[in-house]
Amino acid sequence: MRQDWFATLKESALTAAVAAALMLPLIGLYTSTKAGGLAIGTRWTELAIGVVLIFLGRFALLRIQNGDRLIPLIGGAIVMIVGFLLPLPNGLLTVCCIAGGAIVFLRCCLAWVTGNLGLEAEKQPIAARTQAFLKKYGLWLGLAVLVFAIIFPWLPFVDRRFIDLATLVLIYVMLGWGLNIVVGLAGLLDLGYVAFYAIGAYSFALLSSNYDMSFWACLPVAAMLAAFLGILLGFPVLRLRGDYLAIVTLGFGEMIRIILINWVDFTKGPDGISGIPKPTFFGLSFSRRPPEDTESFHQFFDLQYASVDRIIFLFYVVLGLALLTNAFILRIRKLPIGRAWEALREDEIACRSLGLNPTNIKLSAFALGAMFGGLAGAVFAARQSFISPESFTFIESAIILAIVVLGGMGSQVGVAIAAVLLIGLPEWFRELQEYRMLAFGALMVAIMVWRPRGLLSFREPTLRLHDDDSGLSR
Amino acid sequence: MEYFLQQLINGVTLGAIYGLIAIGYTMVYGIIGMINFAHGEIFMIGAFVALISFLILGVTGGIPIPLVLLIVLLIGMCLTAVYGWALERVAYRPLRGSPRLAALISAIGMSIVLQNYVQLSQGARVKTLQPVIEGGFKIMQSGNFTVVLSYMQIIIVIVTVSLMAAFWTIIAKTALGRAQRACEQDRTMASLLGIDVDKTISITFILGASLAAVAGMMVTLYYGVIDFYVGFLAGIKAFTAAVLGGIGSIPGAMLGGLLIGLIEAFWSGYFSIEYKDVAAFSILVLVLVFRPSGLLGRPEVEKV
Repeated sequence: MRQDWFATLKESALTAAVAAALMLPLIGLYTSTKAGGLAIGTRWTELAIGVVLIFLGRFALLRIQNGDRLIPLIGGAIVMIVGFLLPLPNGLLTVCCIAGGAIVFLRCCLAWVTGNLGLEAEKQPIAARTQAFLKKYGLWLGLAVLVFAIIFPWLPFVDRRFIDLATLVLIYVMLGWGLNIVVGLAGLLDLGYVAFYAIGAYSFALLSSNYDMSFWACLPVAAMLAAFLGILLGFPVLRLRGDYLAIVTLGFGEMIRIILINWVDFTKGPDGISGIPKPTFFGLSFSRRPPEDTESFHQFFDLQYASVDRIIFLFYVVLGLALLTNAFILRIRKLPIGRAWEALREDEIACRSLGLNPTNIKLSAFALGAMFGGLAGAVFAARQSFISPESFTFIESAIILAIVVLGGMGSQVGVAIAAVLLIGLPEWFRELQEYRMLAFGALMVAIMVWRPRGLLSFREPTLRLHDDDSGLSR
Repeated sequence: MEYFLQQLINGVTLGAIYGLIAIGYTMVYGIIGMINFAHGEIFMIGAFVALISFLILGVTGGIPIPLVLLIVLLIGMCLTAVYGWALERVAYRPLRGSPRLAALISAIGMSIVLQNYVQLSQGARVKTLQPVIEGGFKIMQSGNFTVVLSYMQIIIVIVTVSLMAAFWTIIAKTALGRAQRACEQDRTMASLLGIDVDKTISITFILGASLAAVAGMMVTLYYGVIDFYVGFLAGIKAFTAAVLGGIGSIPGAMLGGLLIGLIEAFWSGYFSIEYKDVAAFSILVLVLVFRPSGLLGRPEVEKV
């Protein structure tokens, strides 16, 4: 890969030319609405700046690959500063400028510190070291994270918004773990997981608004309904494989959403359902003035009323459910059914010839995965206290699947880390509102290109015949 | 009868558009075995490029309409093909040989990126283009219902059929098509025999993207309304069409597209327009239950 300056320049120029062709129709020109139709406008400055940026970025990255550190480092820093100071004509350009400069800068620092040129062979030791580290301290790390999660709401720098965000992240962790059963363990690609999430949310919302049922009473019902739907979906798709399965589940997710939108009498259609009650603490609500004959949390425990209590309580509810999910999955992986899932993922024919029944195995995976989706949905409805079909689009399924795959399929810790990364980080950059989804997509691509097997990607065989052949694991 | 005929005409037109997009899916699937989830977005970009080129040419004025159509078609195909090429280069090539799910996630990520890129650069508003070609033949009339075959529909069907024929020739007769089919069967063996696999895959993406660009231009002309989100549903439908016909099979994609178009047109004509997508997906499920590898797909051979 080593090239001289001239070759690098040529390569960068080619990249810039392609970029110019890409940006010419959509950045260089734009349409705006005016009286009597559309008008066309031009943005040549933006186009030129964009092309120059791409040229510089490509050039710098190529130089780093060739072992050049200082010039790209300074260049990256300069571009970043320029992005901050210079009022560029377009917000997107400013963001690109800063982000691009930062990437080059960080890449240089990384190369400097580790002496790593980003080649495939050099990634291996890092992965192996991470793996060894996790194997050794995994339990302690898990405990530390758990303790952190428990004391999290009481930390000094944590405010209301932060706790709320943590609750959301935990919901996605639960969803990720639930989908992990279907995709990671049983190896069935499900692109419509959001359907179960929606069923959970709508069952809670409808039961509470129509029959006045409480959160705790609805939770098992929501889980069961979702599991039932999982089985219902499972039946027709049992014979399908891989991508056929993917498209059918995707269609299923879309169907549920379309039904939610159009069955107005039952679901209130696109308007959604509002006023969903919050969970109670053994019947004690968290409102300032509870209805007659009931006591609220702060009155019962004789505390000062604080509106944040409710959010903290919800956080603990979700944390409890997530831990339950985790414990359940860790246990079930050791039971015959869990082993059967993994066996089915590896080889269906071998599975069948050993007397396992693929139908039951697949259905149980669908049902259990769906059940956790339903639980997460009910919690989501309680957190939002308003739901509409808008919240259950395909993009949600994609995000959940991305969490599972980015985390490294089958790894519980990886899924949690990926959820924090994909849900927590973008929420944190709320100020960048409109660029958020752009960054989200780019992050998905970047992580996949960087680590195609996910962040924590080693798959240990769950069971070994002889304990001493640990060196043979892939 | 008249109503039936009208729905048939509409269905065939819609099916032609779906078929064009579906070919891109099925080709990419055939050659590298992945769902190119961002293909719907490529179609959307094609529609935007067509819209913008129309506006530019319209502003200049004075050019006869067939020439305008041809120019827009060429510009759209070229610029969108660059997008297809870049997509493969940036998001898929580094992932070749990785688990298939990784490529899928990368594709979904790319689809989100492209959607938001167009939203940011062109605005989230719905764009409306004034009809370029109006009018049509009145075929039948009964009472106050007239069956119309518009000029636009004729153009769509003619362009689609001729492009598919051209495309078919490329795949079946040329060296490029042979290389493509060879890569489809066995990439390693093909490269041992001197076929440039990377180049062949790039060309596959370029071809798929240019067909999607044509579909995008047709939609812009036919409906006159596009926005940055138009690629998602069209992409899903076209993918459904590809699966319905048997993914990896090009005649299958054409057949699947036609079927999905007809199902949609008839369902919204006779039953309810809200549930037309549900109908399309249900039929897909039904077909797959009885023929798990699609209508024209080869059944997967299980090897022990």
